Amino acid sequence: MADENQLDAKDEVAELAPFDPTKKKKKKKVTIQDTEDDSVDKLAEKTENLSVSEGLESTFAGLKKKKKKPVETSILNEDTGDAGEDLDDHAGEDDKGDGLVPEHRYPWEGSDRDYEYEELLGRVFNILRENNPELAGDRRRTVMRPPQVLREGTKKTVFVNFMDLCKTMHRQPDHVMTFLLAELGTSGSLDGQQRLVVKGRFAPKNFEGILRRYVNEYVICLGCKSPDTILSKENRLFFLRCEKCGSGRSVAPIKAGFVARVGRRNAGT
Amino acid sequence: MSDLDIQIPTAFDPFADAKAEDSGAGSKEYVHIRIQQRNGRKSLTTVQGLKKEFSYNKILKDLKKEFCCNGTVVQDPELGQVIQLQGDQRKNVSTFLVQAGIVKKEHIKIHGF
Ligand SMILES: [Zn+2]
Repeated sequence: MADENQLDAKDEVAELAPFDPTKKKKKKKVTIQDTEDDSVDKLAEKTENLSVSEGLESTFAGLKKKKKKPVETSILNEDTGDAGEDLDDHAGEDDKGDGLVPEHRYPWEGSDRDYEYEELLGRVFNILRENNPELAGDRRRTVMRPPQVLREGTKKTVFVNFMDLCKTMHRQPDHVMTFLLAELGTSGSLDGQQRLVVKGRFAPKNFEGILRRYVNEYVICLGCKSPDTILSKENRLFFLRCEKCGSGRSVAPIKAGFVARVGRRNAGT
Repeated sequence: MSDLDIQIPTAFDPFADAKAEDSGAGSKEYVHIRIQQRNGRKSLTTVQGLKKEFSYNKILKDLKKEFCCNGTVVQDPELGQVIQLQGDQRKNVSTFLVQAGIVKKEHIKIHGF
C-alpha cells in the first residue's frame, strides 16, 4: 500500500518527472503506472464484489449491486434508522478488512477465471519492485521539482527555486545559469535571495524544457543514464565523468551565440 | 577510432583540444536557430552558422516569402552573417532549410524554450 502511495505521489509530479533521457523509457513507465492503477482498481472492485455478492461473474454487476444494496437496506430499515447506519458501517469495515487480507492480493484470487494480461503484468512488476527495484524500471530517478516562477513587473521573470534545482543536479549555479540564459537568449542574474532573475517573460515549462536539455547534455551519463556525474574543467575543456560506471566524455562549452540587439534602437552605438 | 579514444577517461588527450575547439565554435558545423523575446509577446528568430557559400540574401528572400514575415541579414563581427526573422519561425526555418537541402537535419540545433 505504501508503494502505491508513493506511486501516486510520483504521478502527481509526473509533469516534471522528466529527466528521463529516453522517451521510450518514459512511455514504458507511464504504461506501468496505468496498469498498476488498473489492477488496483480491479482489486478494489473485486474485493467489494467478494464481500457483497459472491460468485458474480461481471465485476460491474457486482459493483452495481453493491452500490444499490446498502440503499435498499437503509430504506427497509428506515424506521430503525440507527440499525441501518450500523449495517452500512459494518459493510464498510468488512470491505476494508478484505482489502487488507493478504490472500486477496491479486484480483483473480478466490475465483477460477483466467488472468488478464494487465493483471499479470502488474504482478510481475510488483514482484520486481519488491525484490530488485533497479530492474523494475523506476530506479530512483532524479526527480526534480518543477521550476517555480514569479513575474517581476511585466518584463522580468524570477526563477525562485533555481538554487534548489542546481543542487539536485549537483551543478554549479553559474554553469546552469549560463546555459539557461544562452538558451533563452536573454540576460539575467541572481538576486539577494539567490533567485534567478531573467529579463523577459517565461513560463515554468520554458525553464523546464531547457533544464531537461541541460540535464541530458551536462548531467546524465550517456553510458548508463546515471545522473551521478561530475562536471570538471580540464585544460579549458569540460569533461563529464560518471560516478557509477566511470565513463567520461567531453561536453561542449556553453556558447551564447548570436544575440540580436533588441530594444530601443538608439541604446548603443 | 578517434571517437573511441575520446570516450576513454584519460587525463589528457592531445587531440581533444583541437576537436573540442571545433565543436566549441560549433557554429562551424551546426546551424543554430534561436529565439529571442522582444517587447510584449513579440519575438525574433535568428539563424546562425549557414555555410558562407550560400547567398544569405537569397535565402532570406525565400524565407520571408515563405513565412510572410520580415527579416534581415545582420553582420556580426564574430559570427559572420546572421539571418534575423520576425516572430518565432524556428520550426519553419528548420523544415525549410532541410527541405531546400541547405542543411542536414542533424546539423540543425534549435535553441530556446
Ligand atoms: Zn555511467
